[in-house]
Amino acid sequence: MPGAGPGFFTAEEREVVAAACDRLIPPVDAHPGGRALGCADYIDGLLDAFAVDPPRIWAGGPFSGRAGGDARFDQFLPLTRVEELAWRTRIEGSQGRPDREFNGPVRGWQEEYRDGLAALGPDFATLDAAAQDARLEAAPTLRTLLYQHACEGAYGPPEYGGNRDLAGWRAIGYPGDVQPRGFSDAEVERRA
Amino acid sequence: MADVDAVVVGTGPAGATAADVLTDAGWSVVMLEKGANHLLDLEPPYAPRGHVSNDEVKCLTRHFLGPDPFLEPRTFRHREGEGDRIHTGGVNNLPSTVGGGGFHADGKLPRFREVDFRARTGLGPVEGADVVDWPFGYDELEPYYAAAERFVGVAGDHAGNPFAAWRSGPYPMPPGPDMYCARLTSEAATGLGFHPYRAPTGVNSVEYDGRPACNNCGFCAFFGCPIEAKGDPVAMLRRALHTGRCEIRPQAYVTEIVLDGSGRQARGVRYLDADGAPREVSARHVILGAGAFETPRLLLRSGVGNPDVVGRFLMYHLQTYVLGIFPFRLHAYRGRSVTHLMDDPIVPDAEATRAARDAGLPYFRGGIVEHGGGSHPVVEAMYSPWGETHTRLMLDSPMRDRMAAFTMQGEDLPQATNRIDLDPAVKDVWGLPAGRVTYAPHRHEAACAEHWAPRLEAVLRHAGAQSTFWITSPPLENARGRRQRDPTPISRHVMGTARLGTDPRTSVCDPWQRLHDVDNVVVTDSSVFPTSTGYGPTLTLVALAIRASRALANLAPLTSSRADALPGAPPSTR
Repeated sequence: MPGAGPGFFTAEEREVVAAACDRLIPPVDAHPGGRALGCADYIDGLLDAFAVDPPRIWAGGPFSGRAGGDARFDQFLPLTRVEELAWRTRIEGSQGRPDREFNGPVRGWQEEYRDGLAALGPDFATLDAAAQDARLEAAPTLRTLLYQHACEGAYGPPEYGGNRDLAGWRAIGYPGDVQPRGFSDAEVERRA
Repeated sequence: MADVDAVVVGTGPAGATAADVLTDAGWSVVMLEKGANHLLDLEPPYAPRGHVSNDEVKCLTRHFLGPDPFLEPRTFRHREGEGDRIHTGGVNNLPSTVGGGGFHADGKLPRFREVDFRARTGLGPVEGADVVDWPFGYDELEPYYAAAERFVGVAGDHAGNPFAAWRSGPYPMPPGPDMYCARLTSEAATGLGFHPYRAPTGVNSVEYDGRPACNNCGFCAFFGCPIEAKGDPVAMLRRALHTGRCEIRPQAYVTEIVLDGSGRQARGVRYLDADGAPREVSARHVILGAGAFETPRLLLRSGVGNPDVVGRFLMYHLQTYVLGIFPFRLHAYRGRSVTHLMDDPIVPDAEATRAARDAGLPYFRGGIVEHGGGSHPVVEAMYSPWGETHTRLMLDSPMRDRMAAFTMQGEDLPQATNRIDLDPAVKDVWGLPAGRVTYAPHRHEAACAEHWAPRLEAVLRHAGAQSTFWITSPPLENARGRRQRDPTPISRHVMGTARLGTDPRTSVCDPWQRLHDVDNVVVTDSSVFPTSTGYGPTLTLVALAIRASRALANLAPLTSSRADALPGAPPSTR
């Protein structure tokens, strides 16, 4: 499972990510925040995707087991040669390798996070909300990336490491994947 | 001696249909697909691979169905004066995987109307556009439409749409269940004088062709169907494979059409295999079904096809999204995404005709209106701002669970300056020039959107929406307060870049979809469309591919007669 191994983040970085995700997706009423939803696990699982084979890029199918059928989402799918090139470049950066730089150098997400988290500061988690928001405002590149990934982690399938205990889906009344059970005709047609 | 009778480039609905018809006629076929295979086993009994799933992360943010914009960037600019490009990345990417563009769709499969094939003589020219007639009419295509509906498996109500063209028979299946949200908006539309009807969809409402009925999971567009309740594209590919005469080679990127010494005949194609090694297939015929973006790109880099026209007359649909927020939940994540359509903006009423004249245009040709709603939460979340507002919006869900959405697929008039060509600098992972789009809609499309959007907002308010707004894609350049970041059209309906015609000087393909200059190359995708109409292109391109492929294999033409037309809906008084 993502987050179970050593991962990409240091313990300090992981704490900053969790605190930042709790500002991007703060807890409100019965809706847990990004920290409790496991967004940091999701992001760590992505940045460390190639620590396992097949990599944690595309969850398997056709069913998760949550609505019947065999649970297969946790059997990740293998990538082709060029798909691996794309995902390694996106995550690790092009690192001067010609096969990754056919349109020029690419800065990878690992580097964006490492530098961006350093800019948020190792004391980030200890600050009050207003101070945290100010630091996030001052780091737009990281914030944009982090927000996209936090949204995926909060509301995506839990096999990617986030949406812990399906709490993201439960909070918003969304059923998630429903195959092979699906919805009855009455559930489609009627108001409730 | 050629390796095979036909090599087919692309495994989407265009290529799959050609392979189905040609293998049925006894031809040997090799299909080359640049993407990976997530669809079906390539050995008997060709079972589903089980890769497709209800997974928003995989399908919507991680490029599962391709093309990955890092590997295959495309570029965009509005016009030449803007410089080489203003955008690099994804531009109208249709899936590049075995099954192609069929994967992405929620399978609405309407036919065109009679007048769509003779817009020039029936309606007249429009200044600044190159509106033309098709080289054949609806009556000739009708039996092929009927065959296409059987090939894919279409569920629909033949008596629902008063503006529909005549039909020789009913749909192969009855319509599936109506979505709650679409029932609300349809009732409101009827109340305001519109004519909504139950959409023809390539989604099984009952078991069909050995595939199950849809169970309404709600993951249609951009996901692919985990239970094969959608016929396009798996039905045609599996039938072709079952003949034993079809081989599908995934991860085979076609680099070039190879001509013989005369330059008038194709000898086959060259491609790069999964390891990037160069290969060649020789074939008596080359079938291009790579889609209206990749087909002209391949023709251009091969130097094949009328060089004055290939890539030009690129058309999308100008999509107008009219959105209404309701005070209660609509659960549009259940069902087939879109279960109702209406054609009213395609058939101008007196008011639209007057508005067109006021805008200095001879007529408005709007588009089909899809009755849809919000869908899934990752996309909803990414469109929301961060902070407390995020969580409150997700709990309230105005942009997903409480939203009804009309999409009008506005007809896009053909203009020679709208085109696909080869980018001078940006490359794909195989080292070949990226395809570049140069595109700006005609003022007709903008005026038409401006006319219909407020009328569609009125429908949503009548249905109970507490607030409404509208946007278009591509954004209207003069739209105040509606600035959008992405200048590229979202529409995946790409057409026109190798247009059909009888005159080899002004078209690329002849009326049988053969290249004028290399007649054993046949284009079966929507590149051949001379005009875009206001309807989704898939059913028509499948019908055309059946017609062209049967002719190629010397099979008798299909026939039907208007005299035997099925009684349809009572005609509108319009």
